[in-house]
Amino acid sequence: MSEVKDNQGPLWEVFIQSKNNLPYKHAGSVHAFDGEMALQNARDLYTRRGEGRAIWVVPSNQIISSVPTDEDSFFDPSDDKIYRHPTFYTVKEGVKNM
Amino acid sequence: MDNAIYNYALRMGDTCLILSHRLAERCSNGPFLEEDIAMTNISLDLLGGADLFLSLAAEVEGEGRSADDLAYRRNERQYYNHLLAERPNKNFAHVMMRQFLHDALLHPLYTGLKLSKNEHLAGIAEKGVKESAYHIRHSSMWIVRLGKGTDDSKEKLQDALDDLWTYTGEMFEYNDEEATLAKDGVIPSFEELKTTWLKTVKEVFNEAGLEVPKDKWMATGGRQGVHSEFLGHMIAEMQYLPRAYPDAKW
Repeated sequence: MSEVKDNQGPLWEVFIQSKNNLPYKHAGSVHAFDGEMALQNARDLYTRRGEGRAIWVVPSNQIISSVPTDEDSFFDPSDDKIYRHPTFYTVKEGVKNM
Repeated sequence: MDNAIYNYALRMGDTCLILSHRLAERCSNGPFLEEDIAMTNISLDLLGGADLFLSLAAEVEGEGRSADDLAYRRNERQYYNHLLAERPNKNFAHVMMRQFLHDALLHPLYTGLKLSKNEHLAGIAEKGVKESAYHIRHSSMWIVRLGKGTDDSKEKLQDALDDLWTYTGEMFEYNDEEATLAKDGVIPSFEELKTTWLKTVKEVFNEAGLEVPKDKWMATGGRQGVHSEFLGHMIAEMQYLPRAYPDAKW
């Protein structure tokens, strides 16, 4: 089978900040040939309905990801240590974005 | 009825509507998914602008017609859009060139119109200025990218510029009525717009390595309702549904 050439450009991950001071959240990804195009495409795809105030775009291949085989050693040990979870505090009324 | 405002609102509304429809024709034919969406978004922005201008025209006219009536129940000869807007889609470079030449006018036009003594026009511009700032950022990026791209992309872009240049003169034509509006601070001056427009396009073409065509004969007629052979076909398609089912609601 001949190799199909993808001519849509490299993939970029898009992070949107919905309000000032809130953390950026992953929104999805776009194709683009450089950063400016990635920003514009992200704006068109993910912020047209008032979703955000700011955008980060990051080349997908620059993201270092854990792999499924890491799962046990990375994440399991936290399961039995409930004192690591701040569930014993009450959140004051009026606190948003905890 | 204030004829001057009515005519200006038609000129701008029709230009936005026709260009919007040209871009809409490209929907699903973009070079890749993201750009397809970007162009359709810009088409929708232009349609929004058209709606505002045509609503104003309908209101000024005061005969109970709506923006939709103006868009869907006028004939070719009653359309006053710039000829540039109706030029048919050829290839991506051509579409982007047409867009850029238009965006480079619309952004300074909205910027000037924001200060209009007519509060309706100022209101329309308030919205348009933000959208058009994005449009020109988008299209000028493509002009530079295609100009600096491959031999093929540069050639197509230069061809588009040579082809479309003759339709740019008309964008700055004005009659006595419009001269008075400009003098009274109701619309931005066409002379000043032309200076700004020329500066912008020359800068971008310079960066893109394109040659600005020598001054030559400029096409005219759109503002008198005299159009190229392409507008009638486009309008026939655009108006088919409302013409076939005049009172349909959806």
